[in-house]
Amino acid sequence: MKPMVRQRLAVGFMWMLTGITFAVLLFILAFILVHGLPHITWAFLTQSPASMGRQGGIFPMIVGTVLVSGLAVLLAAPIGVGTAVYLSEYTREGRLTSAIRFGSDCLAGVPSIIFGLFGFVFFAITLGMGLSVLSGALTLALMVLPTIIRTSEEAIRRVPNSYREVSLGLGGTRWQTVFYVVLRSALPGISTGIVLSLGRSISETAAVMLTAGSGMRLPRSLFDSSRTLALHFYLLSREGISMPNAYATASVLIIAILALNFLAYALMRKFAVKASR
Amino acid sequence: MKRDGVIRALLLGVALSAIFGLALITVFIFREGVPIILHVGVRKFFLSTDWDPSLGRFGILSMVVGSLMVTVGAAAIGVVFSLALAIVLTQFSPPGLSAALKPVIELLAGIPSVVYGFVGVVTLVPLIRHWLGGPGLSVLAASIVLGVMILPTITSIAIDALEAVPRSYLEGSIALGATRWQTVTMVLLRAARSGLIAAVILGMGRAIGETMAVIMVAGNALDVPHSLLAPVRTLTSNIALEMGYASGDHRKALFATGVTLFAIITLLNTAALAVSRRRVGKRRAP
Repeated sequence: MKPMVRQRLAVGFMWMLTGITFAVLLFILAFILVHGLPHITWAFLTQSPASMGRQGGIFPMIVGTVLVSGLAVLLAAPIGVGTAVYLSEYTREGRLTSAIRFGSDCLAGVPSIIFGLFGFVFFAITLGMGLSVLSGALTLALMVLPTIIRTSEEAIRRVPNSYREVSLGLGGTRWQTVFYVVLRSALPGISTGIVLSLGRSISETAAVMLTAGSGMRLPRSLFDSSRTLALHFYLLSREGISMPNAYATASVLIIAILALNFLAYALMRKFAVKASR
Repeated sequence: MKRDGVIRALLLGVALSAIFGLALITVFIFREGVPIILHVGVRKFFLSTDWDPSLGRFGILSMVVGSLMVTVGAAAIGVVFSLALAIVLTQFSPPGLSAALKPVIELLAGIPSVVYGFVGVVTLVPLIRHWLGGPGLSVLAASIVLGVMILPTITSIAIDALEAVPRSYLEGSIALGATRWQTVTMVLLRAARSGLIAAVILGMGRAIGETMAVIMVAGNALDVPHSLLAPVRTLTSNIALEMGYASGDHRKALFATGVTLFAIITLLNTAALAVSRRRVGKRRAP
């Protein structure tokens, strides 16, 4: 076979595989939304579920999801950004930094069910928090920490050195330089990581199932059990409780993820434009 | 400056939290899981297929085999598609299109695993049952769903590996009269090999750790699967399915399942790290 012919065949085949991949993605999104969107009503979003979720809405699950994921990111963000600042601004590369990076990489590779087991035995039982919003949030915080560390560090490293030099040259202290100059210009990149982490904690099911429990009532405090949207969807569909409600719940989940990914993308664009200026 | 020293110490404390968290996880999982392995007997725990918690029988061999089967299946599917995606996006598609498609791959990574599992159950499983036979809930279904799920992981690392190949290599090959495809197979893939291998290993780590999607499409039967169309239970699904009602030795045995999973993942991650280290070492050499 002539080289050019072979190239055409090979590249054509790879474009086909690429096309299939994006078609699968589109199919998944469309499949859920087409079946689910018609069942989303105002009442569905604002009412409590009745008879195990067969009827009623998903309001407590929305609140639960926002509480668990929001708190998780709120806890993980300062720690993650702090770690990134330490790694890139406050120390030289050495054994300690590679140990911290190694720890963070390992943490990123731990499967969510293991986080769930850990959260269950540590936060829920050993620390006595029970299956609760707080146990779930702490577990998820640990889970998304590596993502926040890595994205923040990348963003901070992309801030040009001249910014730091100007700030230090004007008499700023190191902390002032980091806080007012470096972090401020790295903010869009850092926010991208935080937004993606929020998406990941909203999607998470296995870890939340073992730590936040599956209580269907509206959580009144951080020590109440709370079922998240992802877990509610899983239980509805797996136990065949109500297919329409399962589709509708999944649609809410998908819309939230789409919105967050779009936000992350917009932030990243802003960052890229700023960096190229 | 005094204040600077305080801030530095504070940040160091914060920075150590990732290591601290990892250590805490390891200690607690092993403390719960290892005693029961020793109690049951290492051989019996890992080499017996007899899992019957009500009778105190804890053999996880069929789940280890199950996890490995779906992981290899997922990698086989994931690798073909991811490599194609990575090559197309870095070499053959117009830059504007690549820039637009990359965030879409990110989106693929953002879809909740329960959604993948659910779509698999209602579309893929009936197809397999109808056209290939068996219960549909099977090794094959799990492999396909996991293959799609690990696509973004493998693709994005593979893209990084391909982009790290110096342009001069490619230009040299083209200048010698090779076609672009010949350049890809003879120069690009070879130069990026260790990065690509690391990508695949990390993808396998994702696949073996995935839980909810697998529970939904794999069928969860306790036997060692004898074909691709047989149902299978993985280590992860075993934990998630039984944690809800387990207590006593049963619960400890589930933690021991977690210990096993943890060990396999650590092995995979170390392998990936070793492979990508080798790449760095090679580059630095003159």
